[in-house]
Amino acid sequence: MSSAPASSPVASEASLVDALRLGDEAAFSELVHRHHAGLRRVARAHVSSDALAEEVVQEAWLAVVAGIDRFEGRSSIKTWLFSIVMNIARTRGRRERRTLPFSALRAEDEDASPSVPPERFQTQRDAWPGHWATPPRPWEDPERRLGALEAREHLRSALRKLPAAQQTVVTLRDVEGLGADEVCRLLGLSEGNQRVLLHRGRARLRAALDTYMEA
Amino acid sequence: MTVREPEITCREFVELVTDYQEGALEADALDLVEEHLVLCDWCRDYLDQLEATVAATARILDDPPPAEVLERVMTAFRTRHRGTA
Repeated sequence: MSSAPASSPVASEASLVDALRLGDEAAFSELVHRHHAGLRRVARAHVSSDALAEEVVQEAWLAVVAGIDRFEGRSSIKTWLFSIVMNIARTRGRRERRTLPFSALRAEDEDASPSVPPERFQTQRDAWPGHWATPPRPWEDPERRLGALEAREHLRSALRKLPAAQQTVVTLRDVEGLGADEVCRLLGLSEGNQRVLLHRGRARLRAALDTYMEA
Repeated sequence: MTVREPEITCREFVELVTDYQEGALEADALDLVEEHLVLCDWCRDYLDQLEATVAATARILDDPPPAEVLERVMTAFRTRHRGTA
């Protein structure tokens, strides 16, 4: 038997799977609470309404209940959950003719605006072309201020406004904490395209928080 | 004629920053980005803001699952495991 310490991710992952297989309601409830919102956000990128996204995620949880015995542990539970939701959402999306073909997605098609508006940099006529004309102003006490309810609502609304592919990648990477390689595999993206989407999404969220911090 | 050292501008830095954070820059580009960060307080401020953004995103505020959805999936779980728990 493996002797991984109880606190290691591998051990806690294995004990979570065991608990789910044995019918541990608390473990399942915690799993649902932890991932429902992220799953819903990823589903929402593929279907046309919040209500449909909610249905997709519900169907995914029912599939998890029925299929936990078939979970082989080749990926983490989290990645498994997201792949189930992606499959159901894609099917639904096709049914309502609203497919978002991540596999065919060329990141540059979606939104190629720069991370920072060009007017904030010096022009060829200035002393230092391409350097800041209006530099960023450091955020004061970001940890405390960004922890405030109002700031968190502001960020949530900014994330919802991101184009679907950026929203999905930022959710998987920065909210759910999946690795770049897992996200590439889940979405059928190249490493380069995954990074472009992450880059654009993060840049927009930073800009949204900057507006909040300056207000 | 003066030979200028290659360097990047702030405008270029803000587009390279994710590749930098993700460890995806080639050695030459990495040198240029690190050199820029040593010299440019403003781009360090920009990087700090991005890092604070990523940290805040990890703690995003999300709605809990709707009560009726939660009830339905918990019921399914209970039914599935009835007699085995």
